[in-house]
Amino acid sequence: MTINQSGWKPSSPVQGATDTGTVTGNRALMLEEALIFEIGDSDTTGVDIDAPAQRDSGLGNVLRSAPIGLPGLTEPETVRHYTRLSRQNYAIDLGLFPLGSCTMKHNPRLNEKIARLPGFADIHPLAPRETISGALELINTLAFWLIDLTGMHGVAMSPKAGAHGELCGILCIRAALEARGDPRSVVLVPESAHGTNPATAAFAGYKVENIPANDAGRVDLDALKTRLGPDVAAVMITNPNTCGLFEPDMRAISDAVHAAGAFVYCDGANFNAIVGKVRPGDLGIDAMHINLHKTFSTPHGGGGPGSGPVVLSEALSPFGPLPYTAKTADGVVHLVEEEQAGAFSAEHFGGKLQSFGRMTAFHGQMGMFTRALAYILSHGADGLKQVAEDAVLNANYILRSLEDVLDAPFAHSGPCMHEALFSDKGFADGISTLDLAKALIDEGFHPMTMYFPLVVHGAMLIEPTETESKAALDQFITALRSVAERCRAGDDSLKSAPVYAPRRRLDETLAARKPVVAWREPVPAAAEAPTPSEVGDR
Amino acid sequence: MRYLPLSDTDRTDMLATIGAGSVDELFRDVPEEARLDGPIRGLPMHASELSVERQLTALARKNVPASDAPFFLGCGAYKHHIPASVDHLIQRGEFLTAYTPYQPEIAQGTLQVLFEFQSQVARLYGCEVANASMYDGSTAMWEAIGMAGRITRRNLAIIHEGVHPHYVAVARTMAKFTGTSLADRAPQLSADMQIDTLLADIEANSPSCVVVQYPDILGRVTDLQPIADAAHAKGALLIAVVTEPVALGLLKSPGEMGADIVVGEGQSIGVGLNFGGPYVGLFACREKHIRQMPGRIAGETIDADGKRGFVLTLSTREQHIRREKATSNICTNSGLCALAFSIHMTLLGEKGLRQLAELNHARARVAADKLAAIPGVRLVNDLFFNEFTLELSVEARPAVHRMVERGVLGGVSLGRLYPDEAQLANGLVVAVTETATDEDIDALVQALTEAVK
Repeated sequence: MTINQSGWKPSSPVQGATDTGTVTGNRALMLEEALIFEIGDSDTTGVDIDAPAQRDSGLGNVLRSAPIGLPGLTEPETVRHYTRLSRQNYAIDLGLFPLGSCTMKHNPRLNEKIARLPGFADIHPLAPRETISGALELINTLAFWLIDLTGMHGVAMSPKAGAHGELCGILCIRAALEARGDPRSVVLVPESAHGTNPATAAFAGYKVENIPANDAGRVDLDALKTRLGPDVAAVMITNPNTCGLFEPDMRAISDAVHAAGAFVYCDGANFNAIVGKVRPGDLGIDAMHINLHKTFSTPHGGGGPGSGPVVLSEALSPFGPLPYTAKTADGVVHLVEEEQAGAFSAEHFGGKLQSFGRMTAFHGQMGMFTRALAYILSHGADGLKQVAEDAVLNANYILRSLEDVLDAPFAHSGPCMHEALFSDKGFADGISTLDLAKALIDEGFHPMTMYFPLVVHGAMLIEPTETESKAALDQFITALRSVAERCRAGDDSLKSAPVYAPRRRLDETLAARKPVVAWREPVPAAAEAPTPSEVGDR
Repeated sequence: MRYLPLSDTDRTDMLATIGAGSVDELFRDVPEEARLDGPIRGLPMHASELSVERQLTALARKNVPASDAPFFLGCGAYKHHIPASVDHLIQRGEFLTAYTPYQPEIAQGTLQVLFEFQSQVARLYGCEVANASMYDGSTAMWEAIGMAGRITRRNLAIIHEGVHPHYVAVARTMAKFTGTSLADRAPQLSADMQIDTLLADIEANSPSCVVVQYPDILGRVTDLQPIADAAHAKGALLIAVVTEPVALGLLKSPGEMGADIVVGEGQSIGVGLNFGGPYVGLFACREKHIRQMPGRIAGETIDADGKRGFVLTLSTREQHIRREKATSNICTNSGLCALAFSIHMTLLGEKGLRQLAELNHARARVAADKLAAIPGVRLVNDLFFNEFTLELSVEARPAVHRMVERGVLGGVSLGRLYPDEAQLANGLVVAVTETATDEDIDALVQALTEAVK
């Protein structure tokens, strides 16, 4: 087999052109694109920079002498390179993106415009207080609504992502326990929780123990109660959970945990299913992170940035991180850093402020705060409630429309929340969830979350979100129904899917076995053992 | 409600398909007493695009953007010019609204960008490998300390006095909970970086790592090679922290001087000030340590036709596979900011980055010379890149506010960063980038002259 190793290059027509029928490897509007290291060079630049007056720097032996090895492109080449690459991506702007627990919804462009206002985007984190009053007011206003929507007591705004927020919540719990002279060693995590939860608890120095799920996909309350004891610091629960189900015993769980002297951490990644309908504070939760990018819609940007403010109960609020904003009776919003913490402690926490310190250098994700507040104000009280209702309605529509062709392990136990869970039961031998997912790509849809949650074999977790129309859902259902039927029938052609994507199935094992994670000048093939760059030569 | 496409007819039809009488039936697992009756009180009802834009623009106008005043703030966040094409490209929906590239066949755009980004970062830092970005520089530094602990199986990190105090604060927070010890000192208001003290500390202990910022919080620059040698002689790793990546267009890379792990903030290249976030943490190291490196990594491979392609790789280190055994709990990266960094770096190229660095340094030299001539002002460090420290005859914190009254954002006072260190109260850190004009520098000279009177 011959390959196109270097992508499109005028000087090197692709030898394996029979694969696609074109000499370039391009397919009509879909263009191959080489790496910047292959098309740029160190003498080319896309910026015009004023020449400085010459003068000795005095920097002597730390002055750079060796080349850096950074390729440059002119502006038109740069625009074309990244535009071509962009076209090899699936995105929510192109269609339904049903990743369960990831919450891919429409990103309003107003929010992008707001976040780019110079008064928000072009201010420095250490700017003097009198030049940033609007920014502090914005953070404080968003903080107020997050507290109000969740029925909690305080909020830590600075965590940079959901998992960072989990860490923040666990650190608050640990600080609170230590403050009362009761350090504990174990965190309990139900099977239906997000994978980051046990990682977070372990990272914060706790021993992690699993709590099983019951037949209905919920936390086994009796198993939890049995395990609770004086060594348990916290229970980390995801609600709605990763099976897409609400934990109906949440209040009983919280009461049992509190009675044992421990705290309840809730993974709030799925808050969009209940926003405006249920306040987690009313269910006895002590700490919950809110993925602003999920519930309040900030773009995921191909993997981030996220933002993970953590709402806190009265018991945990004094322990949250610095810096934070606080509004005094005169209506002024203050930025409370290490220096002022003592004074504000007296006013806001009865002198009990015991912040565990900083999570990050500055104030968190201002760019996400602006987008989230714009989203909250756009939807308003009525709209946010409708968000949760439409998200749940859309998920249940998918669940009921497909349960005759896909096994839905928990459909018997009632409606799902914002996401529908299916399993691979009923697929022909040798056909996997992965095959279904890759075939769905050829049908023009991004696949759902696969093999998660772990409690279901060959899991498929579908979250349509509230920004899908009925027509879009029906198209998706038609496509998935057809692929599911092929899976049940054992259609072998599924194994070669996708065939219409920019790449066919990629060899992930090779990538991990022989990692090539940075570009290097090609070396003669005989010089060393094959790397992925060279494998195609033989 | 312009973002919600379902009509009431759709809702009715869909409920019929589901077999439910009302939407509330779908919430039946939520105990009745926990359900809110009616919309959240206090929050206004939905608002038009015009109305929301008006409200938030009014808030934005209460702030003074860096572009509206002579501006000289640094200390971990820097104002640079960003070419217009950077923001234009990152706003393409296929980048902006994509998710983590879990399905590589339809995420080659993001994956190739991350591979190119990693390659750029590794070269800039003088390292063999880099990851696909971290939350920011401060969290990247903490992760590097954790990684050094895993590699050396030791738990003492020695932090040089010149490391950003907020970065140290983040490390201190995390260290409390992970059993890591930190040895750190406040800086001296002096050109002397106390390297001999650092070398003595290394010699007297067996640390997991030594952490040095380059250039440091006061803008000072030192050769890292002797520190690397001392660390290596004791079996420790050298971690270098770079908060101003533009500096590496002029200065030797930390990797070239023996650093084992190089981390830092990438905000200067392509990402705006954003009041502290989102930023982009950079993380690079030696290839032999790649399996201990935290965060996402894009790697090269081939597809079923033998064509080159890219995937996320080495994910066995990560939380979604290893749960409580993961090397860190990080679940995301700063993908869009990494894209902005990579586009800006591609536009600069080696030539542009060097020119930009030289221009930054030249502008800073001009400003430093003029400021040092003001009576009551002393230039603390003569060796710097684009940021230097002044010792004023008065406390710097009030001086900063007096300069604001004259319309100048004149620098960061060390008193703000180190409220408990009286010996630093008169220190003012001034950052001068390519964006500062001669008029801006003259305005700073004028404002500071009056502020120290």
